[in-house]
Amino acid sequence: MPQLIKGGAVIDDRWILLREVAAGSVMPQVPVIVPLAAWLGARDDLRARGDVGVWLSPADDPALLTRDVAALPVIAVDFPKFADGRGYSTGRLLRERFSYSGELRAIGDIARDQMYFLHQVGFDAYVLRDGKDAQGALASLRDFSDGYQQSNRRTPWFRRSGVAAPNAEAKQ
Amino acid sequence: MYRYDAFDQRVVDERVAQFRDQTRRFLAGELTEDEFRPLRLQNGLYIQKYAPMLRVAIPYGLLSSRQLRMLAHIGRKYDKGYGHFTTRQNMQFNWPRLEEVPDILAELAAVEMHAIQTSGNCVRNITSDHFAGAAGDEVVDPRPYNELIRQWSTFHPEFAYLPRKFKIAITGATTDRAAIRVHDIGLQAVRGDEGDIGFRVVVGGGLGRTPIVGHVIREFLPRAEILNYLDAILRVYNRFGRRDNMYKARIKILVKEQTPAIFAQHVEAEWEHLRGGEATVPDEEIARLAAHFTPPPYEELSGDDATFRSAVADNRAFANWVRRNVFPHKVPGYAIVTLSLKKTGVPPGDASSDQMDTAADLVDAYSFGELTVSHEQNLIFTDVRQSQLLALWSELKDLGLATPNIGLLTDIVCCPGGDFCSLANAKSIPIAEAIQRRFDDLDYLHDLGEIDLNISGCMNACGHHHVGHIGVLGVDKNGAEWYQVTIGGTQGEHATIGKVIGPSFAAHEMPDVVARLLDIYVELRHEDERFVDTVRRVGIDPFKERVYAAAH
Repeated sequence: MPQLIKGGAVIDDRWILLREVAAGSVMPQVPVIVPLAAWLGARDDLRARGDVGVWLSPADDPALLTRDVAALPVIAVDFPKFADGRGYSTGRLLRERFSYSGELRAIGDIARDQMYFLHQVGFDAYVLRDGKDAQGALASLRDFSDGYQQSNRRTPWFRRSGVAAPNAEAKQ
Repeated sequence: MYRYDAFDQRVVDERVAQFRDQTRRFLAGELTEDEFRPLRLQNGLYIQKYAPMLRVAIPYGLLSSRQLRMLAHIGRKYDKGYGHFTTRQNMQFNWPRLEEVPDILAELAAVEMHAIQTSGNCVRNITSDHFAGAAGDEVVDPRPYNELIRQWSTFHPEFAYLPRKFKIAITGATTDRAAIRVHDIGLQAVRGDEGDIGFRVVVGGGLGRTPIVGHVIREFLPRAEILNYLDAILRVYNRFGRRDNMYKARIKILVKEQTPAIFAQHVEAEWEHLRGGEATVPDEEIARLAAHFTPPPYEELSGDDATFRSAVADNRAFANWVRRNVFPHKVPGYAIVTLSLKKTGVPPGDASSDQMDTAADLVDAYSFGELTVSHEQNLIFTDVRQSQLLALWSELKDLGLATPNIGLLTDIVCCPGGDFCSLANAKSIPIAEAIQRRFDDLDYLHDLGEIDLNISGCMNACGHHHVGHIGVLGVDKNGAEWYQVTIGGTQGEHATIGKVIGPSFAAHEMPDVVARLLDIYVELRHEDERFVDTVRRVGIDPFKERVYAAAH
């Protein structure tokens, strides 16, 4: 079973990731994470089940899930290669633009040195690539104690440093 | 200059610890070379031909004497007693040992320096005007904004793995000395209708394989919105920039393929969501940063120093140096001085540790202890009293940093090339040296006037050959090193890409090729016309004919 990092611990993963779902095939009656196309193709049925999540490829537009975010228990974002950083924007958009509050998990080529950045853009669950050191990955969530920019986890440092008041008029 | 507070220091210290552990894991075999590569690159560490190369960030080219002494120390202790100033205002060390890099970073952190994001597919070191704060043509001092954007770009969690490297240049002046039109993003400070400060935003410029002059996508961006707008541009690029072909992955290709107008619409749509949000920069933050860049305690001077004037009149060598290497200052009685790192026989941009130490002493004595690095690979003392120019010149001459050639043919911009760089197709330093040796007659050089000669050892264009009045590009032809020549390129507000004059040349032909280009220029020029102006007026054909008539 792949190692899932969530809530500051390494836990067993109850979700089955379906990388592909052939058109017309019967979906297993266990918690599954399906490709975006499969979700969009059977959206109402799958939503009613409550134990179906969706995964996005780097090129998938998270805006297609605008109507589903409240109902989805888990959204996974795939990083097919370490160096493909599109998923970081996908994560922030899901959290900040589409107000998704369920589990947001990073899957694919995930190792400890991405953990801090992934957490900052809103991910809260991480499936490490096979063979990677989970304890080290947990430690790397704390590689940096703080940062300058606005992220999904914090306002910019200049709004917390005492230099300027919080932005009362800010759009949320 | 900007001084770290406890927060800034902690960011850099935590990076040192992180990289120390990454290096340990690599050396212990826990990380493969493929896994370690993007990590070390984001820390400026390349594996080069003979040894690793470490690129140290000099944010917007600004250094204190203390920091320069540290670079000298690192050159001495970990390298072969020198360092190389780059066209992106950084410093490269060509001979450090991989296992010692964490120690180098720790030493740098002790003087508020780092190597963060000096390579890799991320936002690189911010570059800017090397005359910032001293030039008379400034709308605003760009340095507080440079620092704001340096902080914003440092470990930005969303943009650590972009399609390709990303370079931002900023100028606060009306004359563009920062080459903002050949950067991924160029920002030029402008005043709005109410006198408020904002930025003109240029996107999609760049050199490399596909040289393109950037497009203005917004004429006026209020300064408070600068980070929101940068987030919007970077997000559009991060999501939609090409990742299938590294040669088409820069933002300039996205802008070109979408067209600048459509690209701008995407950015503006994204900005609508971010505008006025938490990342809007409060005036208090700009004031905090600006307080780090207050003017030094200038003396009140008449601006017309008599001893200086008589020294210029009496001493021809000094007068030559003043003419080429000294620039007007906004404060009467002060001058901006360029230290030439273009002495014949020394690779352009190289400085020895001894030179760096002495230059640090000199900048303490003559220019308030701070200097800048220019993207033309020279050093600048921005605040020297006119009355002290003669004394400074004499010391710089002893140091080998007073070659009076700034802006002249021999002030060559040049990448490390095939002597060091594993990307290079051809050597560049020996070409620079051969040209410098051929044109060693100072009177002739002064008569030729301003000529930018830029040399790159490959099409990555670190030597900015496309924007040289004369550009030289090293190419590989069946394993042999050849050189393609362009003319008519310019940097600055009217940046243009040079045109190729024809088939490439062998290394030994290059001094003759340059000589013929100069001969025809001297024949055709109008009075006070620079080389590049003549090229613009008459076109490249007369130059082409002369060069190839003789060569083939």
